[in-house]
Amino acid sequence: MQDLGIRVLFEGSNFLRLLGGLWITVKIALISVSISFVLGIFLGIVMTLKNPVTKAITRIYLEFVRIMPQLVLLFLVYFGLTRAFQINLSGQLSAVIVFVVWGTAEMGDLVRSALISISKHQYESGTALGLTNLQVYRYIIIPQTVRRLLPLSINLMTRMVKTTSLIVLIGVVEVLKVGQQIIEANRYTAPSGALWIYGTIFLLYFIVCFPISRLAGRLEKRWMN
Amino acid sequence: MKKLKRILSPILVLVLALTLLAGCGGTGSSSAGSSAAQTSSAGTSRSLEDIKSSGKVIIGVFSDKAPFGYVDEKGAYQGYDVYFANRIGKDLGVNVEFVSVEPASRVEYLKTGKVDIILANFTVTEERAQSVDFALPYMKVALGVVSPDKSLITDVSQLNGKTLIVAKGTTAETYFTKNHPEVKLLKFDQYTETYNALLDGRGDAFSTDNTEVLAWALQNKGFTVGIESLGELDTIAPAVQKGNTGLLNWLNDEIKTLGKENFFHKDFEETLASVYGDAVNPDNLVVEGGVVEK
Repeated sequence: MQDLGIRVLFEGSNFLRLLGGLWITVKIALISVSISFVLGIFLGIVMTLKNPVTKAITRIYLEFVRIMPQLVLLFLVYFGLTRAFQINLSGQLSAVIVFVVWGTAEMGDLVRSALISISKHQYESGTALGLTNLQVYRYIIIPQTVRRLLPLSINLMTRMVKTTSLIVLIGVVEVLKVGQQIIEANRYTAPSGALWIYGTIFLLYFIVCFPISRLAGRLEKRWMN
Repeated sequence: MKKLKRILSPILVLVLALTLLAGCGGTGSSSAGSSAAQTSSAGTSRSLEDIKSSGKVIIGVFSDKAPFGYVDEKGAYQGYDVYFANRIGKDLGVNVEFVSVEPASRVEYLKTGKVDIILANFTVTEERAQSVDFALPYMKVALGVVSPDKSLITDVSQLNGKTLIVAKGTTAETYFTKNHPEVKLLKFDQYTETYNALLDGRGDAFSTDNTEVLAWALQNKGFTVGIESLGELDTIAPAVQKGNTGLLNWLNDEIKTLGKENFFHKDFEETLASVYGDAVNPDNLVVEGGVVEK
């Protein structure tokens, strides 16, 4: 029974198909993460401003994205845009847009919290030493913010990788869907295949997410000294 | 510091807005070039002529529902629905582009015109018929009752006073509660539990969709589907966007023509026979020429 399950994994081009699915997952996650980190930093700075207008806008944006399930956002962009404005986006592009909108909001809030967690005397001591505003940011505030931001943003990054499993609902066949296709195609001939396929998918997600958290751990350690 | 922030804030908001716009615009245009799934009028369905002149028909199928629509180990779409889809492509004289759909997204795909036809085990219901147009049926499902060989149940009357296992929320539960209150029902939340209960002998028989029990009985020695077709007959049909009469009429004609050559029996032989075996009479599942015999 067990060799039957493993046979399913390597039958035909099944394993290659899984890797192909993984590539889609990683590609969409990478593009979305990089764009939303850049935009998120800007958003975070804007969110710390005392201006009531920017405060209200960013607040509404953040709450909207937080409350909406990602699945609803995906349907809104993929099907909703076509219905309302006759804009026809491909599934992958819709996925990237939704993940960027979501990632930017979450990242912005993380940046905001990291920025305000730096106490006022840090700014003041910098100025007292005769540093200009830019120098205060460059040498005192930004290094500390980045350190506080790192664990949080890694968390967000791995969460985004895993949430890509939703995009199958707008027709993008990623690693999890490929796995389910393989399992279902062999449902009657090799029922134990499911365990092997899911095991492999677990490993693939791990291979993607582990180096990220490893890298973060290293950076954190290096900055401690 | 405050002054700096006050000066910076409008600039940052502007930058953010611009990058967002630029990002959308940039990626948007690149995708328009690469994935021209719908070249003409997005949102509204393509007419028969549009499909023919574009050289391909886009058909939404399941990719994980063997043996009706699934992907084989080479990555190619297979199954009862797909076999029909390929024939549609051949008779239209165009290539078939398959889109993997999920049960929950089937109607939306049609409404937004992202596919031309849905061929994903789409059961005809009144509710769905209000948002999409169904063509003639090519398959039917009813309830089936599976029981152990040693006390095989071949007629509903035999169930009188006996225990029948059903899964909650299925058509089987509704049907027996309404039409046969004399049958004792043992209800479970999940399919796996119902099958285990039957194997353990906690009930005398189990009922759900016949496609499901027929395939299960074949895998489990000592059990046979004594009643292959019971209750209200549901039909399965291709669907197109509401109002796409050109394509709908073509599909109806196609199904009628195919009925003359017994196409769906051949489809059954090619795709379903290996799963259901000789135990199943194809006439209990297959609909030829769109005519359902009760």
